[in-house]
Amino acid sequence: MSDPRTSGLIEGASGDWEIVIGLEIHAQVISQAKLFSGAATRFGAEPNSQVSLVDAAMPGMLPVINRECIRQAVRTGLALGAQINKYSVFDRKNYFYADLPQGYQISQYKQPIVGPGFVTIDLEDGTSKDIGIERLHLEQDAGKSMHDQHPDLTFVDLNRSGIALMEIVSKPDLSSPAEAGAYLKKIRTIVRYIGSCDGNMEQGSMRADVNVSVRRPGEGLGTRCEIKNVNSVRFVMQAIVYEASRQVDVLEAGGTIALETRLFDPQQGETRPMRSKEEAHDYRYFPDPDLLPLEFDDEFIAAARASLPELPDLKKARFEADFGLSPYNAEVLTAERQSADFYEELLEELAKLSGKPAKEVATRAANWVIGDLFGHLNKAAVAIADSPVSAARGAELLQLVDDGTLSGRMAKDVFEEMFASGRSASEIVAEKGLRQVSDSGELETIIDRVLADNPTQLEQYRAGKDKVLGFFVGQVMKATAGKANPKVVNELLAKKLKG
Amino acid sequence: MSVDKETLVKVARLACLRLAAEKLEPLTDELNNILEWIETLNEVDTEAVAPMTSVVETDLRWRRDEVTDGDYAADVLANAPDVQYGFYAVPKVIE
Repeated sequence: MSDPRTSGLIEGASGDWEIVIGLEIHAQVISQAKLFSGAATRFGAEPNSQVSLVDAAMPGMLPVINRECIRQAVRTGLALGAQINKYSVFDRKNYFYADLPQGYQISQYKQPIVGPGFVTIDLEDGTSKDIGIERLHLEQDAGKSMHDQHPDLTFVDLNRSGIALMEIVSKPDLSSPAEAGAYLKKIRTIVRYIGSCDGNMEQGSMRADVNVSVRRPGEGLGTRCEIKNVNSVRFVMQAIVYEASRQVDVLEAGGTIALETRLFDPQQGETRPMRSKEEAHDYRYFPDPDLLPLEFDDEFIAAARASLPELPDLKKARFEADFGLSPYNAEVLTAERQSADFYEELLEELAKLSGKPAKEVATRAANWVIGDLFGHLNKAAVAIADSPVSAARGAELLQLVDDGTLSGRMAKDVFEEMFASGRSASEIVAEKGLRQVSDSGELETIIDRVLADNPTQLEQYRAGKDKVLGFFVGQVMKATAGKANPKVVNELLAKKLKG
Repeated sequence: MSVDKETLVKVARLACLRLAAEKLEPLTDELNNILEWIETLNEVDTEAVAPMTSVVETDLRWRRDEVTDGDYAADVLANAPDVQYGFYAVPKVIE
């Protein structure tokens, strides 16, 4: 039986069904002030302290657009390889809710700021796929409602009201939960790279509405259901699996799917219909009379383009081509800009210290960053930007292994200590007198003594028990307090035992 | 274009307006009069004319990304029917 998470196929009683998925991602724009007011956007402030009279929808207040939000939307559009619309229009999307004081959300409907584009996602089987982006538009966020603070009251905080969001709408090109997850991660990587959104899903600065429908292979699109406000990659994938299976059950029982909005409940792992009236979907969009059309010129776009950093796809390709990294290593190192920067700094330093071309030491450096460093950072829940071991110090440690000062085993211990204390490898090595013993004269003396001290094992070895070699290596390491070069010890022992 | 009573009821509900039953008939007539008047505007051929967005020839004003407003929760909440711990408190709305 195939796994629907990766295959996108649901095996029904009457045959296979395909899943069709589209995502609407809401990404909060990084800006000091809100989209149409001068109130602050900082997360976690006292309730209603970051609210202007515009955000509270006091009569007569007029919206004035924030230049930075326009610039960030254009930069994001460019990073998605999308069409930038020099003329776009803000519309009112009308609905009533306690955390929407205006009674409408200012959004963009028929003429968004960014048109079609695409992103490439990498799948687990090593293939990649282009996912179409339909549009990106700017809109206001609503306030925050808290329903669990009082038995019969809802508490409303308008600090979030009016903060700029980019809604990024995909085409229904996603055909499995795994693809949807990879797409969401890719969009997150891109906006974090260019600094237009912090991608923080726990704080709600990025969340997704998931459109799911099912169909028989080869048939047209089925009726979709929209799952609102899912706030993690894992939940998006779980919600799709549940919702698609539910739709298959309904259809196979002879029912029909109603176009509706549903909520995902992570505790129960299921989706439920929202108890809103069907008219809630009748938003009666019309151009906002308080705002003129948004227009800018080619120069504005060019400046936005010039401000973009190297994008993740290009960086990954360069890491593979220039450094000879495996696609996996390149992918992991470029998933976050900070990781890629750290790696490049370390590599440059290591090449300088070793006098070798970067390509020659690149894979070793990558394995160390991904294995040792990321392992420790994850365990300590520390971001790479706050790593207690800097890129330069990591390079120094690797060089101490390359020049034979430290064995691989010793390097791991030294790294533990560097990570805990923040000191440099050379300091620790000097202080503890750590220096791998590779001198054969010195080691030979020790080996001779070990062999003389263990005549029983020596006899066993000579009688054909090869495994005893490991015992002797262990004894030599013990005698040198772990400082002996294991390679030299093995060579010398083999020679002595034969003789 | 004209509206019937059913459409009027729907639009009123969307706008959260309660209409008394005896008002439906006259309001439908009134609305249809307005729509009829708009129909006369439709007689002008505007095929090649871009929609007018403002009566004044001007561009959208932009603001700089600076915090210039806020930090007056008490003022913002002054007209709220009920305030609890700095939040607006409203009858429970839950999906």
